[in-house]
Amino acid sequence: MSNADNNPRRKFIAAAGAGVAGLGFTVIAPGLHLMAVGEAKAATEARKAGTAASPTVRWGLLIDANKCAPGCTKCIDACHTENGVSEKLPDPRQNSQWIRKIELVDRRDGRKTELPMMCQHCAEPPCVDVCPTGASMKRADGIVLVDRHTCIGCRYCMMACPFKARSFVHAPLTEQNPEVPRGQGCVESCTLCVHRVDKGQQPACVESCPTGAMTFGDLSDPTSEIAKRIASLPTTQVRNDLRLNQAVRYQGI
Amino acid sequence: MAVLNPRHEEGFFYVLAALGGLVSALGFAAALYMEHSGHVVTGMNNQIVWGLPHVIAIFLIVAASGVLNVASMGSVFGRVLYKSRAPLSGLLAIAMLSGGLFVIMLDLGRADRLMVAATHFNPTSVFGWNVILYPVFYALVGVYLWTMMERRMNPYSKVAGLATFVWRVVLTSGTGSIFAFLVARQAYGSALLAPMFIIMSFSWGLAVFLVVQTTMYAWNNMQLPPLIQKRMKNLLATFVAAVLYFTFMLHLVNAYFAKNIAFEYFILFDSEFASQFWVGQVLLGSLLPLVLLFSPGTRDKVLWINVAALLVILGAYFQLYVFIIGGQAFPLDIFPGYDVKSSFMDGAVDHYSASLPEILLAVGGLGLAFTMTTIGVRALHFLPQDDLAELEAASGITD
Repeated sequence: MSNADNNPRRKFIAAAGAGVAGLGFTVIAPGLHLMAVGEAKAATEARKAGTAASPTVRWGLLIDANKCAPGCTKCIDACHTENGVSEKLPDPRQNSQWIRKIELVDRRDGRKTELPMMCQHCAEPPCVDVCPTGASMKRADGIVLVDRHTCIGCRYCMMACPFKARSFVHAPLTEQNPEVPRGQGCVESCTLCVHRVDKGQQPACVESCPTGAMTFGDLSDPTSEIAKRIASLPTTQVRNDLRLNQAVRYQGI
Repeated sequence: MAVLNPRHEEGFFYVLAALGGLVSALGFAAALYMEHSGHVVTGMNNQIVWGLPHVIAIFLIVAASGVLNVASMGSVFGRVLYKSRAPLSGLLAIAMLSGGLFVIMLDLGRADRLMVAATHFNPTSVFGWNVILYPVFYALVGVYLWTMMERRMNPYSKVAGLATFVWRVVLTSGTGSIFAFLVARQAYGSALLAPMFIIMSFSWGLAVFLVVQTTMYAWNNMQLPPLIQKRMKNLLATFVAAVLYFTFMLHLVNAYFAKNIAFEYFILFDSEFASQFWVGQVLLGSLLPLVLLFSPGTRDKVLWINVAALLVILGAYFQLYVFIIGGQAFPLDIFPGYDVKSSFMDGAVDHYSASLPEILLAVGGLGLAFTMTTIGVRALHFLPQDDLAELEAASGITD
C-alpha cells in the first residue's frame, strides 16, 4: 500500500481505462471516475502481496478430461463460493455460471467424457473485439476480464463468445465477495480467479479438484509444469479452427 | 387540390398524438421496471441474450435508413417523382431511428451508463461505431431536411442528399455487420449480411413509406396519382424479390457447408422457427405481396398495394425474429462430433417467449416513431405534392 504505483490492482484499473476511452472516462465522466478510484482503493487494502500483470507471463489452464470424475462438481462449487455466485433465479437459464460441467458423448464410438468449461481466456478474444466500451479486456498476462464500471450490459460479447462462457446478471445481487465485484445488468465470466492469482495463489477450481485434473501456470515459462506438459502431451484448444489461441487447453478429448 | 391538414381534423390529430405518447410512455415505464428489477422480468436469458426488443429495434433502425432511400432517389439520382417525397422520407428516417434507439438503449443492462458508451470508444466494435454512425446520421438528415424545406438552401440539397445517401449505406452495412462479425454462431458470420441488410432496408423502408403516404393522402382527402402509385409499387416488388433472393442464397450457401447443415435443418424444417420462416417471411411477407403487386385484380388498387406493404412489414418482423431469436436458440457447436449436455443448456435448443415488460418496451419504440411522425407531419409541411405536368414530362426521360 505504501507503493501504490506498483500495485497490480491499480494497474488493472488503469488498463481498463486506457487509451482514448480511458481519457474520456476520466475527463468527461468525473462521477464514474470517482467510483473507479474508490474501487481501486478498496482492492488495494485487500491485497497484501502480488505481482503486476506482466506481458511476459501468460496464465493458462490445462484440464485433463481423463481425470475429471463423472458427476463431480467440486470445481463449480469452489468457483461459485469464491466468487460469490450464488443466485438461484426461478428460471435457471438466467443464473450466472462462471464454470460448468459438460458431458460429452463421442458420436463415433459412444465414449463418454466430462470436463469443466469456462472462459477460455483467448489470445484473440472475440468478446474484447466487439465490446463497444472496452469493458471487455485482456490483461497483459492474458487474463480476459470485464470491467464492471464500464460494462453497459449490451450482451454483444455473449453473442460473440464461441464458448458460451459469459453470463449476464439478471437480478439484484447479495452476499458478494468484496474482492470480486459483480453487478446487476453487467456481463461477467471466469476471471481465472485474478484476485487469487495476483496474490500468488491458484484459481479456486484448480485448488478444489480432488483428482488433480486441472493444472494452472504460466504458459510462457518453459520450465513451468503446465508448459512442460503441453510440450510433451497431446492437448487441444476447443474450436481451434477459430484460431483464437485460448489459454485453456484440454487433454483427453 | 384538397386543403392540407383541415382544421376539423385537429381533434383527431391530438387523439393520435396522445395515443402514440401513451404507448411510448408505457414503453419507458417498462424499461424503468426492467432497470429496477433486472432482466429477470424478461424472457431473455444467458442463451437467448437478445430478444423481442432487439427484433423491433433492428427493424426500426434498418427501415429508418431504408425509408431515406425515397429521398435519395429524388436528390441523388434525380428522379422527379421522388423529389417531392424527400422531406417525408427524411422525417420518417429520423422518427424510426429514434424509435429503434429508444428500444435498444433502454434494454441495456445498465441503461444509466449511456455516458460511458458515449465517452468510451472501442474502434474494433461495430456497436462502438454506432456511437458515431447514429449521431452523424441524425445531423446529416437534419441538414438535408433543412436544405429541402428552406428555399434559400435548396441549391445545397443535392450535396446534402448525396452525403446522407453515402452515410446511410455505411450505417446499414454497420447494422448488418453486427451479425456478420459474429464468428461463434452458425446463423451469422457471413459477409452477405451487410449488403443483405441494405436491400432489406430498401424493402422495409419503402413499405413503411407507402403506408404512411397513403394514410396522409387519405387524411387530406387526396389520391395518389396512378403513375406514382405504379412506379412505387413496382419498386417495392423489386426490393421484396431481391430480399427473397438474398435469403435464398444465404441459406443455400450455409446449408452447403457440412458444419452448418444441422442448423439449417433446424431453422428451416425442424423448429418453431420453420413455420415462421416459411409462412411468415416467405409466404405472407414475400410471395403474397408479390402476387398482390402484380395481379391484374389488385395491382392498381390503393387498398391492395397497401395490404402488400403491410404484409412486407409483417414479413420483416418474422424475418428478424427467425434470424435473431432462431439464431440464438440453436446451441453453439463447441465440441463438433460430440453430443453434449450441461446445466447451462449446452447442446439443447432454447425456447424464448417475450414477457410483458419487453413487449411494452418494444412497442414503445414503435409508439415513439409513430408520435414523432404524427407531430412532424402536423407541424411542418411534409405532405408530398406533385406537379403532374412536370412529372409526366420527366417520366419519359428520367423515369
